[in-house]
Amino acid sequence: MKKLLSFVLFFLAGSTLYAGGYRVSIQGQKQLAMGHTGVAVISSAESVFFNPASISFLDGKMNFSLGVSGIIAETKFENKEFGDTNSTESGLATPFNFYATYKANDWLSFGLGIYTPYGSSVEWEKDWSGSHLVNDIDLKAIFVQPTVAVKISDKLSIGGGPIYVNGSVNFNKNLNRSLVDVNGNRTNVTVEQKNISAWGYTFGVMLKPIEKLNIGFNYRSKVIVKAENGDADFQNVPSNLPNNLADGNFDAELPLPAEITVGLSYEFCDKFLFAFDYNFAQWSEYEALVVEFDNDAGVSTSPRNYKDAETYRLGLQYEATKKITVRTGVYFDQSPVQDGYFAPETPRNDSVGYTGGLSYKVNDKLSIDASFLYLHFEEIDNSYDHYQEGGQNVPFSGTYKSSVIAPGIGLSYKL
Amino acid sequence: MKNIKYIAIMALGLVACEPELDNSIEDAGFYSAGTADFSNFVSVGNSLTAGYADGTVYLEGQRYSYPNILADKFSHVGGGLFTQPLVNDNLGGLTLGGSLIADTRLVLTGNPLGPDNLAGTPTTEISNILIGPFNNVGVPGAKSFHLLSDSYGDISGVATGTANPYFVRMASSSSATMLGDAIAQNPTFFSLWIGNNDILSFATSGGVGIDQTGNLNAATYGGNDITDPTLFHGTYDAILSGLTTNGAKGVVMNLPSVTSIPYFTTVPHNPIPLDAATAGFLNSASAYGAYNAGIQGAFAYLVSISAISAADANLEIAKRTIVFSESEDNSLVIMDENLTDLTGISPLLISMRQATDADFILLTTLPVIGTLAVEGDPTSVIGVGVPLNDSQVLTESEVTMVANAQTAYNNSISMLAAANDDVVLVDVKTAMERLANGGLSSNGVTITDEYATGGGFSLDGVHPSARGYAFIANIVLERINTEFNATIPVTNTGNYPTTYID
Repeated sequence: MKKLLSFVLFFLAGSTLYAGGYRVSIQGQKQLAMGHTGVAVISSAESVFFNPASISFLDGKMNFSLGVSGIIAETKFENKEFGDTNSTESGLATPFNFYATYKANDWLSFGLGIYTPYGSSVEWEKDWSGSHLVNDIDLKAIFVQPTVAVKISDKLSIGGGPIYVNGSVNFNKNLNRSLVDVNGNRTNVTVEQKNISAWGYTFGVMLKPIEKLNIGFNYRSKVIVKAENGDADFQNVPSNLPNNLADGNFDAELPLPAEITVGLSYEFCDKFLFAFDYNFAQWSEYEALVVEFDNDAGVSTSPRNYKDAETYRLGLQYEATKKITVRTGVYFDQSPVQDGYFAPETPRNDSVGYTGGLSYKVNDKLSIDASFLYLHFEEIDNSYDHYQEGGQNVPFSGTYKSSVIAPGIGLSYKL
Repeated sequence: MKNIKYIAIMALGLVACEPELDNSIEDAGFYSAGTADFSNFVSVGNSLTAGYADGTVYLEGQRYSYPNILADKFSHVGGGLFTQPLVNDNLGGLTLGGSLIADTRLVLTGNPLGPDNLAGTPTTEISNILIGPFNNVGVPGAKSFHLLSDSYGDISGVATGTANPYFVRMASSSSATMLGDAIAQNPTFFSLWIGNNDILSFATSGGVGIDQTGNLNAATYGGNDITDPTLFHGTYDAILSGLTTNGAKGVVMNLPSVTSIPYFTTVPHNPIPLDAATAGFLNSASAYGAYNAGIQGAFAYLVSISAISAADANLEIAKRTIVFSESEDNSLVIMDENLTDLTGISPLLISMRQATDADFILLTTLPVIGTLAVEGDPTSVIGVGVPLNDSQVLTESEVTMVANAQTAYNNSISMLAAANDDVVLVDVKTAMERLANGGLSSNGVTITDEYATGGGFSLDGVHPSARGYAFIANIVLERINTEFNATIPVTNTGNYPTTYID
């Protein structure tokens, strides 16, 4: 297990994630293909994430799921007043998930999940017009979730477990809009910390009131990721600047909000499965990004004022042949970012996700799962109004348009 | 195997991923050039066009020259490449044959921070002639008539002052004229900002030059003289005719008041703190008391021989009577060649008086005020015991000469611009007055004329900072948009540096 974990960590170290807010809803290839529904779906080890209670109802002694998606995300920015055009670098991000379940006896099951539900990787052109807000940011959080589920009756199970979070942050921005060294290089700061540990938990309930109908509930606690004594690296500081901007340390914290999901699934016409999920994420937890430096940069407070956000998900599955199951889905994802708080570090407005995919059964034990996500964003005129210089707010505004696609591939194995 | 096919189809989808804006500024026709054609923009002028700042030309300054900022915005409406005669480095300064002829740039340095030349040896050698042409024909130091001079780019004239080192390194030949090099590029659009130095060099020299009004022969002018307004008018007319020959449109910029810049407004006329004992001594018969009594006596004599009216005598006596008090704000003692020469009556009655708020003490005078003219002699404090000399102060009468010439030049510029439908006047003068009276604001920043801290001017106290140039560029762009029916984007003044700290 330790070996596997270090393999996963190694794999993720080179990957970056995409986020709405900074939540990345790619936690299983089968479920992603169905609009990332799953709180009431009993199908594979992916349930460790979607609803830990439901692993009680899985077929087989052991189940494994392994998957990865390649996210290609790009955001374009324009400001018509100044004629500025910028876009983010579109690198390939690869969120990854691994799940395992084990049925100890008829009523007791265990599970393990390793997944990456939060992250953000945005890289603007260095010194672009919003560089006083962000040049580039890379947030990563790997969740490790041991799970236990108890089948109370044939109609009801509960499950849950603690979550260990390993996070890292790397964030670079220019100190303000105009400070340069004597050669005109912009003064900037990089804050970085790796291997930040934090804890949370999850629990779920699965109810099968009548045949073919499942109702699920899942709660995921908030996790506060705290960077303490991280590295703050100040570059291009004029050497005679009276303010002390020597390299030093920083403290900051980032909330990963609590999330409630309820939903249902219903089998019909033998071969069809319909699923609906409703997510409620308590993003209002994220009031401001506060970074405390130990030099004259002092305390940098960037108001965020996120609002709670809802997501509505619909999914459909059809067993086309004995070998092939096809899936599709759609979801509406509400952005937690409010007008006037639209910061280019997470330039996300409301989006609609369109998903599809299929599973190919190689044999009774093994299947290959493919998924595809296209996330559609409307073009939006918005601004971040809470950056301050000399005690006054200096808005940063423009037109943004993002586009995301994420093909994914996975394996499911059942013993 | 079917999956692989499927994945290949998905991979094709990746190509179409790039987000597209509905009404993108990158779409042709989003911005309009209006009735102008910016495909070949040539900018003609002096230091203000070259991007001169902090006492020299350096790379960062050239990057933020106002025409370079304009050209960047013109690129949205069909503007082409804008070339500048770039210097070698960010040190600034010039050499000729390896010898230093212009010092490095001023930066804020030391503790406490103060202006000083950046350490290092200039590497821009003017005998390395650059291959042009250059869209930016801005030559620091150029006066109006220099644009027509065919010896201005001849390296052999640098030492004697008939040529300009900045033009030497960029001229198309040693007999090229600035105007000729501009016209040869067939500009479709031009900017012209010339005439500042026709008064500025007189002013920054403290008025040591001569007001040449009435003398039309520029060949007889000294470097610090005021150009005759009639000569200016004719020269400007010739320049404008030349630039518009091929149907080019353009903007001309008028001349701000030289006395609205920090070089003249930073040092107060009354910076001398005195205690009661010192003030008493200075007023006593063993110091200025004797001078005051001598003035009274001399004017009484002049009135008695009817050389001056009693009323005029009283006015000048009041002006010349030197009085100190126990306070923080005693006025400096200055020389003023405009006063009645009394040295024939007594050699001790030199033409000195105390400064008023109508006199401007030069920024470069600041370091010597309060120091001793004669080492070890406490009565030789410069500005108190020893008057400031002509080159250290722009006196009231010199200010008047400058203002009269400025008014005449600006009238010519307005008149000549108005006479040509293709030429639009940009009123930089009024903008600079607003800068000096409360400041200019946009994009979350305000610039004022406060030296080193106001953000509007570079450390030489004469030339704008990068941000100052950005404000100027926006003023020009707004005029172009209005007058040529264009919709060119402006620049974000908040993103420009102000004062550089080493």
